[in-house]
Amino acid sequence: MHWTNQSPIRTVGQMATATAPRVKAPMLRTTVGLKVFMAVTGILLVLFLIAHMLGNLKIFVGPTAFNHYAHWLRAIGTPLLPNTWYLWIQRTVLTVAVIGHIWSAAVLARRARAARPVRYAHRQPVQGSYAGRTMRWGGVIILLFVIYHILDLTTGNLNPVGDKQHPYANVVADFAPHRWYVTIWYVLAILAIGFHLRHGIFSALRTLGQQSQQWQRRSRAFALGFAIVLCAGYLSVPFAVLTGLVR
Amino acid sequence: MNLTLRIWRQRSPQDKGRMVTYQVSDVSPDMSFLEMLDVLNERLILEGEEPVAFDHDCREGICGMCSMVINGRPHGPQKLTTTCQLHMRHFKDGDTIDIEPWRARAFPVIKDLVVNRSAFDKIIQAGGYISAPTGSAPDAHSTPVPKPDADAAFEAAECIACGACVAACPNGSGMLFTAAKITHLGLLPQGQPERETRVLDMVAAHDDAGFGGCTNIGECTASCPKGIPLTTIGRLNGDFIKAARKRS
Ligand code: HEM
Ligand code: FES
Repeated sequence: MHWTNQSPIRTVGQMATATAPRVKAPMLRTTVGLKVFMAVTGILLVLFLIAHMLGNLKIFVGPTAFNHYAHWLRAIGTPLLPNTWYLWIQRTVLTVAVIGHIWSAAVLARRARAARPVRYAHRQPVQGSYAGRTMRWGGVIILLFVIYHILDLTTGNLNPVGDKQHPYANVVADFAPHRWYVTIWYVLAILAIGFHLRHGIFSALRTLGQQSQQWQRRSRAFALGFAIVLCAGYLSVPFAVLTGLVR
Repeated sequence: MNLTLRIWRQRSPQDKGRMVTYQVSDVSPDMSFLEMLDVLNERLILEGEEPVAFDHDCREGICGMCSMVINGRPHGPQKLTTTCQLHMRHFKDGDTIDIEPWRARAFPVIKDLVVNRSAFDKIIQAGGYISAPTGSAPDAHSTPVPKPDADAAFEAAECIACGACVAACPNGSGMLFTAAKITHLGLLPQGQPERETRVLDMVAAHDDAGFGGCTNIGECTASCPKGIPLTTIGRLNGDFIKAARKRS
């Protein structure tokens, strides 16, 4: 009989299909698993940013339309869902995504730090893009802004008007010329998001398996174009208030 | 040429280590970087000092042994060039050159500029193989491979496992090395049987060794003497996601 037919020993050929992976640790805790998680939560947040930007642009239609849009947000899903339920579901999902995104970023940042215990005496600046180098600190700035932004225009605590029934008035009051520091902070935060996404979207696509040279070029270009359009959309609102286009 | 070298000296893994300054004179621009260090070492030996320990073997850019960070760049300023193939004509008379070992937790310093790179061996042992019977070389056309796949696999197979990617990476990640192997083996028919276990095992071994995660910033590719493309990491990620989904 041929040696491969009856041997109780695993032949090399069988091993090929039979070896179980030695990995027992959960996939999510691997560096690649954490990155996939960061990419998926990041994309979820990007989808929200697109919807939010389109909603903001309603301000150019006029106060009635903008206020009506804000009220409609509370009514999405009715009568299937009670009033504001949809909004709360979305808020819950986004909060979980933000926390998950930051959690994976923090775990990976700590591993990266631990991976180089002795620093170089002579270090050249990283050749990658500015956006790529500032993902972590940029993310922190974005987080601070998101917290401020909720206290300003969602709860109204930090808004000079803070009238939940009339968000249009809140926005106009927010970017009034004498509150220039608010506008500057808003602009810087939006630019931080733009930089974060310029690298983040390319990185997310790569993390999810983008692997050809041609699509690498395209995905870089797409990330840059997307970041620019998003920034322009968000920045148009304070610009319009400052120039009196919206008042 | 006359040069000032500032070299990392470390007697043993336990020693704290420090940068030590040396002057070398009459360096020929035609010398390779390693020959310049040989000249320094010959003098140090004559003076009764301990020569600078550094790794090297082929000195023709194919073995991946030479490993030093020169002025903050792995393998020095010349793109697509190993330290042994770097010539002194890329420096100027009077230059100060800083020379350090690869810096990574997974690559502990053994002595001076020599680091222990067996973490890479562990990654290879975890999955960098195929289980097809070997022996004499098979007929070239017995297993057809599409030309683009063969080219991409060969491009990835050019990796000489020097570790410059790790040394360059701001996250101390070994992902480019791991991805080069995943790409090289995963593109060829002989690599298919273990394709899924390979990626899971190699990533696990990579993480166990204490390398950091990839942020797709591309410093590795920019420093790689063989120009292993960043797209290989996308391939690793794609294989990983497929394999992980099948397993759960
Ligand atoms: C709130 C604090 C935040 C922190 C600390 C943070 C941090 C990070 C870090 C460290 C990365 C990895 C970068 C890399 O791969 O080089 C990343 C990626 C990413 N972030 Fe954020 N981020 C934050 C908020 C956001 C927000 C609000 C969005 C959505 C608009 C977002 C979208 C993304 C995307 C799409 C990626 C790409 C995922 C990937 O790398 O595969 N991030 N973030
Ligand atoms: S000594 Fe072999 S690659 Fe440099």
